[in-house]
Order: sequence, then structure tokens, then C-alpha cells
Amino acid sequence: MNFSLRQILALVVVSGISIATACGGGGEPTDDGADGDAPAAAGPVVSPDSAAMITGTVSFEGTAPAAEPIDMSEEPTCAEKHPDGAMRQLVMVAGGGLANVYVYVKSGLGDRSFPTPSAPVTLDQDGCEYMPHVLAIQVGQSLEIKNSDGILHNINTQPTVNRGFNISQPVVMETSREFSQPEVMIPVKCDVHGWMEAFIGVQAHPYAGVSGADGSFSLADLPPGEYEIEAWHELYGTQSQTVTVGVKETAEVSFTFSSDMAGNHVPLGEPLVLR
Amino acid sequence: MSTKGFAIGVALSAFVAAAPAAAQETPVGKAIYDKWCAECHGEDGAGDGSAAAYMLPQPRDFTTGLYQIRTTPSGELPTDDDILRMIDEGMPGSAMPGWKEYLSDTERNDLVQYLKTFSPFFEDEAPSPVEYGGPPGVNEEGLAEGKEFYDKIECWKCHGQAGRGDGPSAPTLEDDWELPIRATDLTEGWNFNGGHTTEAIFARLMTGLNGAPMPSFADLIDAEFMTEEQLWRVAQYVKSLSPETPEVREVVRAALVETLPTSVDDPAWDAIERFYIPLVGQIIVEPRWFAPTVDGVWAQAAHDAQRVALRLTWNDPSESPNPEWEEWRQRVVSVMEPSVEATDELLSDALTVQFPTTIPEGMKRPYFLMGAQDEPVYLLSWNSGGGATEALGRGMNAIEPIGGASTLTTESTFDDGQWRLYLSRDLITESADRLAIETGRPIPMAIFAWDGSNGESGTQGAISTWYFLYLDQPTENITYAFPVVAVLLTAVLGLVIIARAQRATGGGGPEPGSD
Ligand code: HEC
Ligand code: HEC
Repeated sequence: MNFSLRQILALVVVSGISIATACGGGGEPTDDGADGDAPAAAGPVVSPDSAAMITGTVSFEGTAPAAEPIDMSEEPTCAEKHPDGAMRQLVMVAGGGLANVYVYVKSGLGDRSFPTPSAPVTLDQDGCEYMPHVLAIQVGQSLEIKNSDGILHNINTQPTVNRGFNISQPVVMETSREFSQPEVMIPVKCDVHGWMEAFIGVQAHPYAGVSGADGSFSLADLPPGEYEIEAWHELYGTQSQTVTVGVKETAEVSFTFSSDMAGNHVPLGEPLVLR
Repeated sequence: MSTKGFAIGVALSAFVAAAPAAAQETPVGKAIYDKWCAECHGEDGAGDGSAAAYMLPQPRDFTTGLYQIRTTPSGELPTDDDILRMIDEGMPGSAMPGWKEYLSDTERNDLVQYLKTFSPFFEDEAPSPVEYGGPPGVNEEGLAEGKEFYDKIECWKCHGQAGRGDGPSAPTLEDDWELPIRATDLTEGWNFNGGHTTEAIFARLMTGLNGAPMPSFADLIDAEFMTEEQLWRVAQYVKSLSPETPEVREVVRAALVETLPTSVDDPAWDAIERFYIPLVGQIIVEPRWFAPTVDGVWAQAAHDAQRVALRLTWNDPSESPNPEWEEWRQRVVSVMEPSVEATDELLSDALTVQFPTTIPEGMKRPYFLMGAQDEPVYLLSWNSGGGATEALGRGMNAIEPIGGASTLTTESTFDDGQWRLYLSRDLITESADRLAIETGRPIPMAIFAWDGSNGESGTQGAISTWYFLYLDQPTENITYAFPVVAVLLTAVLGLVIIARAQRATGGGGPEPGSD
């Protein structure tokens, strides 16, 4: 995607919000947490006296593949939103940081259970693109699907662990759905516009996010402990690291993806097996 | 029998002819499944049986729990009744046969339970149908409203303005298994997988087709963008786009008229009867073709005692050669012919009408596929790139234009997913190679069609069996006398062709002809 600086900033904000909402367990009131009982429903499971944090950056080495132009001539409404021409770029690199990497706690939380955040996560369709392109959501949390274009989009989710859905939005409207099982990752596509694709990561806990435009991420309000952290990218597959964080500590984790990893296996939800 | 049902039905009766009325040995689903379903759906239900490679759409992969034809919301599992209905009725427009007549109630119910064991999803979910009221009465304003919503909610993006499956997104569509999938031609309701009643169509709009790009529209009612009644109007409008399942008659009658239609869209054609000729993929000689685009041609014919005129009308979503459908062609070829490198050459659409070189005495007919070395056929060969010519066929790869003066005139037009082709020539010509067309005699006739944007050319296209063209006699007062035996013969011939094809592919299940 050929983003202007302003769009990149907007993305940082958007992905920032999605981390914040996905990490809603932290109870940090956000601007859009206008819903009065949000913090209560998603009350902290970790005492503020012990809450730890994992932050880090995803960096990129090598040469990102060239962006490909998208032919939106059939959809003037969308084409107009891309005055410089729409581009498809799955490897978004800025200052060495890699954006759109889904980072989450894969194991280490034991059998703790976490409340479902009441604030929804939004997946917008704007200019015939999904905003955001990668998003983190919790089991049972509301996914607000929004059509800002006012032309037909269908939202076709293709999970293997969850049951998916394929619904249509021919006008400016919002629809909500949710997922009942953790899954990394659920592809989302629009059959009307073959180039539109997004990925949704679902966890039973709030410790998941997506790296911002500069490659940074943070997982806040963790109980102290030892965790396996996994980073997932749609072209370069997954990597994981184990980190230990103590009471009120902040641990740094960095991941590096490189252009050599193209062709790596990119896991999507593992098919269920018969009991 | 009807339409495509004719050809497929014939294939099927050969296929299941050996089915026992009831398999008594094992009353459990597995035995029946292994015997009748596994060849297509695979032993473990993954849709990868030995015959699957030849099919598009491919047999359902039951391990995902994704069923298209349901009464439950988008993404949900089907109910037992939903699964049973598909086993009973089959899925028109695909290779999936109906089993109601061949398997007992117990067997089919056992199958439902057995299919569910392929997917873990059925272990803990009990789906329930979406609820809705009945349809409003059909009327003109209602249909107009249905059309308005068809446009507004943009069904046409996939299905096209006229509903012929030629919308701008159609060439790019793929199913959940990343296989190319057609946006259904809504003007051929008999091919709808889930049936062609207004109720069935409405159910598809509410539930969508899991695993396919066809989405659910139920949220539009929840969002109060439209009412349930308005969605019923869309269903009624879709229903109105298709004629009832056409009856297949073996004889295309050319009425004697005073003035012959002179062009493809001459209004005189409106008064001339239409005959539906079903086509199937050519699977008799190599290389075969299992995924033809054209599944039927409407034929009209008339003569004025001097000349005969034919109008052939068929649906094809792409006017080829067509760069916009290149991606589709590449995808189809890579699925159907994984070992073949698709050429970069853009292919044209084509249609050939085949006749013997002389009207046969008795019931003899030349070799069906474009004739043989010692027994040529007379062809009217049209190609979207180069018009029509008269030709002689001595086999699929031995077709040569007939030299000398031709009396053939032709015109073709393509609009919104439909070809119309006009062919006219003198009944009697001076050349011995050009069939002398006589009135009052059944003249064997067969049709071949190719969709270039689907990768079709040569032996890879759609074919019909022999039909008959019959020109009314000028003096005849009982206008429509026709030898019944000829009709019977066509049906028998159809059987033989399909049976041979079945044997040849070896993918079609039990050996036919055991009855
Ligand atoms: C000749 C091959 C063939 C045979 C034999 C066959 N099927 Fe199918 N079946 C198919 C195809 C192809 C499809 C998918 C059609 C489509 O997607 O349009 C299908 C689809 C289905 C579906 C899916 C319905 C839905 O709503 O998605 C069910 C259920 C099914 N078959 C059951 C059976 C059972 C049970 C048997 C054995 C009694 C059987 N089939 C035998 C080819 C076959
Ligand atoms: C994103 C593309 C898309 C859109 C939009 C779409 N369809 Fe479809 N539709 C399909 C595809 C693909 C199929 C074929 C599925 C198959 O063959 O399994 C289909 C199938 C159908 C069928 C046949 C169902 C059957 O039983 O086989 C009907 C009827 C239909 N669509 C009507 C509509 C109507 C009415 C609308 C608008 C309200 C619509 N569709 C919008 C792609 C679409």
C-alpha cells in the first residue's frame, strides 16, 4: 500500500487503539471507552501492584518486495480515495521497523481466565481496503465491521477453528460478530474486490497486539511469569521467544524478520482434529 | 427428462444402475458411504476421491463442516434435514447426484449421521434454522421492487446486470479451497444447487452459501436497510429471471414461413419456437474436458422452401477473446489440467453445428465427433474471431473449409453474457459436399460449443448428442409428423456415448451396462 505520511500516522493510531482495546483487561480508560461499565466488565485480573509489561520492536532486514498497483477503475468511489493510485504492499517497513506483525502470548498464562472486554474492535472497509489490515481481538469480544465506502463489500472470514461467516454490506453500515475460539490467524476477504485481505488473531486473553508503523508493540498488565511470545507475519511466518518478567518489570523482546524468510510456512488456524 | 438433467441423468442412470434397492448387509452409514460416495468425496470425507480430479465444482470436503445449502445462518453447520435434502435431491448444476430413488430412508439417514462424523464441529454444536415468514404475493410492482434491490444491493457485481453470471467480479471468484467458482447464471434456475423455488432462493439469500463467495444478506434486515418482505421481492425477481426447467425434445422443428428472418435480432424470431439442447463436456476422446461453460443452447429454425435459417442462443459470461477473463482461464486450466502449461494465446468463443454430408437412409449416422476419415460430416463452424464457414470434418483434428461459392450468411451478437448466432443457407446447393437439405425428413444435427476464456478449444469443449432438424413440408397438412423411432434412437445413442465416456475415464464408478 502506498501510504502518505498522514496515512501512516493514522495507522499508528489505529493499531495503537487496537492494541489498547485488545489489551482492554488493563482497564486503562481510552477515549472511546465511553461505555460507562467498560472498565468494570473488563476489570483487571492482575493487581496494579504487580502488573508487568513486555514491549519490543519487530525489525526488518533485506529488501521489501515492490508494491503492486491495484486496479480500482471498476470502483470510482474507492479509486478517488487513493489520489496517487492504490498499491498493495504486504511488507510495511518504516525506519527498519516492520508493521502489521501480530504479537501475542502463546503460552505461560496457565489456566487463568480473563473477562471479555466490552469495547468492540473495529474492522473498517475504506477505499476498498481493510483498516486495520491485521487486528487482535479476544474471544467473545465484539468485532464491529464497518463499511465506510457505501458500495458492496462482502466480509468472508475463513477460519478453521472457529465457524466463519460471509455477510454482505452494500451500503454504509455496521454489523457485529464475534469469535468463540482462539485462532491464529483468521483470513478475511472480500470476494467482490479480490485484492482486499485482512487477518484477525483471536486469543482467550488480552495479551495480543499488532506492531505499529515503526514496528513497536507492547503487551501490558501481564501477571509476572515466564511467557512464550510469538510474532506472526503474513508473508514470513512465525517466530517465538521465551521471556520472564517479574513484578512490575518491563521486559524487552525484539523480533527480526528478513526478506529471506519469504516462502516460510505461514500458519493459519490449525484444522480441528477428531476426538 | 429435462435439460442438463437429460445428459447428466443419462450418465447417472448408467452410474447407479447397479445400485441395489437396499444394501441389507450393513445398516450403518459407513458401508453405504464407502460404496457410493467415497469415489467422489474420498474415504475420509476430504473431497478427494479418485474421481474428484475431474470435477469443478469439486466434491464437498466434509471435514470442514462447510455446507452450502442450509437453512441455518451464515457460517453455521447444517441441520440433519439440510444434509438429508442434499443427499435426496443432489445438487443440480454439479456432479452431485440425488440418491432418493436409489437408497432407502434408513440408508440415507445413516449417511447423514456418518457424514457428520467427518467434522469435529458436529461434536458440540446443534444448529437451528433461521426463522422468517412466508413470501408476499407476486405482482408487477413487487418484481420491480425486487429488481431495484437487486441493483441497489449489488448482486450484479457478481451475477451481472441480466443475471447471467457475468458481473465485473465474476472472473476473480474463488471458493474456500481456492478453486475458481462461477457466479451462478440466474437465468438458468434448473442449475441452482439448492433448488429453484422462491422459498429456496430466499433461504440462500438469508443464509449465504458457506465455502463460496455468495454471502448472506440477513444482516441488511437486522440493520433495517431493507425489510424481510423486500428480500422476498429480490427472491421473486430472481425466480422470474429463469424460465421453468426446459423440456428436452429430440427434434428441432423448422417451421415453414413466408418471410425468413434475415438477421440475428430480426423480430420475426420471437414467433418461432425455441428448442433447448443440453451440452456436456467432451469426455470421449483425449484430451477431455470436464468443466465446460456452455451447458445448453436454444435452437430456433425456419425455412421458406428456398433457404433455411437457424438462430442459436447460449449464455457465456465472457465475450472471448477477453483479457479480463485471462486470470480465470489460467486458474481453470491449472486445476483441470495441472500438467499442462496454459498458453498465453487468447482464445475465441466458437460454436459448430454438425450434420451428415447426406441425409442418411434409415438410422445410420456418421461418427459423432466431427466425423471420421471415410465418413465425413458437414459443419457450420462459427468462431467469434472470424465469422462462420462451411467445412468438412473427418475427425476432431481434420476439419477443412469447403471450397467454392457458399450461400451461407451469418451474423452474431454478444450482449450481457449471451451469444446469439444467425446462420442461413440455401436448402439445395450445387456442391456435393454441402448437405442437401430436404423438407419432411429428420436430419441428424449436433452442436459443439467452446468458451475461449474457459480455456476451451479443440476436443476440449461442450457437446450435445445427435438431435434432429426437421423442416416442415410445404404441402404437409399434418405439419408435425415425426418418426418416433428416431426419437428413441437419440435417447439410446445418448446412453451409449455417455456409457463409453464413463468407461473411458474409469472415474465414473461402477461399470455401466450391467443391466
Ligand atoms: C459423482 C461424484 C459424486 C458422488 C458419487 C457423490 N457426490 Fe456428493 N457432491 C459431489 C459434488 C461435486 C458436490 C459439490 C457440488 C457443488 O459444490 O456445487 C457434492 C456435494 C455433496 C454434499 C454437500 C451439500 C452442501 O450443501 O454443500 C453432500 C451432503 C453430499 N455431496 C453427499 C453425498 C453422499 C452422501 C453421497 C453418496 C451417497 C455423495 N454425495 C456422492 C459429487 C458427488
Ligand atoms: C461476491 C459475489 C456474489 C454476490 C455479491 C452475490 N452472489 Fe449469488 N452467488 C455467488 C456465487 C459464487 C454463487 C455460486 C455458488 C456455488 O456454485 O456453489 C452464487 C449463487 C447464487 C444463487 C444460486 C444458489 C444455488 O442454490 O445454487 C442465487 C439464487 C444467487 N447467488 C443469488 C444472488 C442474489 C439475489 C444476490 C444479491 C442479493 C447475490 N446472489 C449476490 C456469488 C455472489
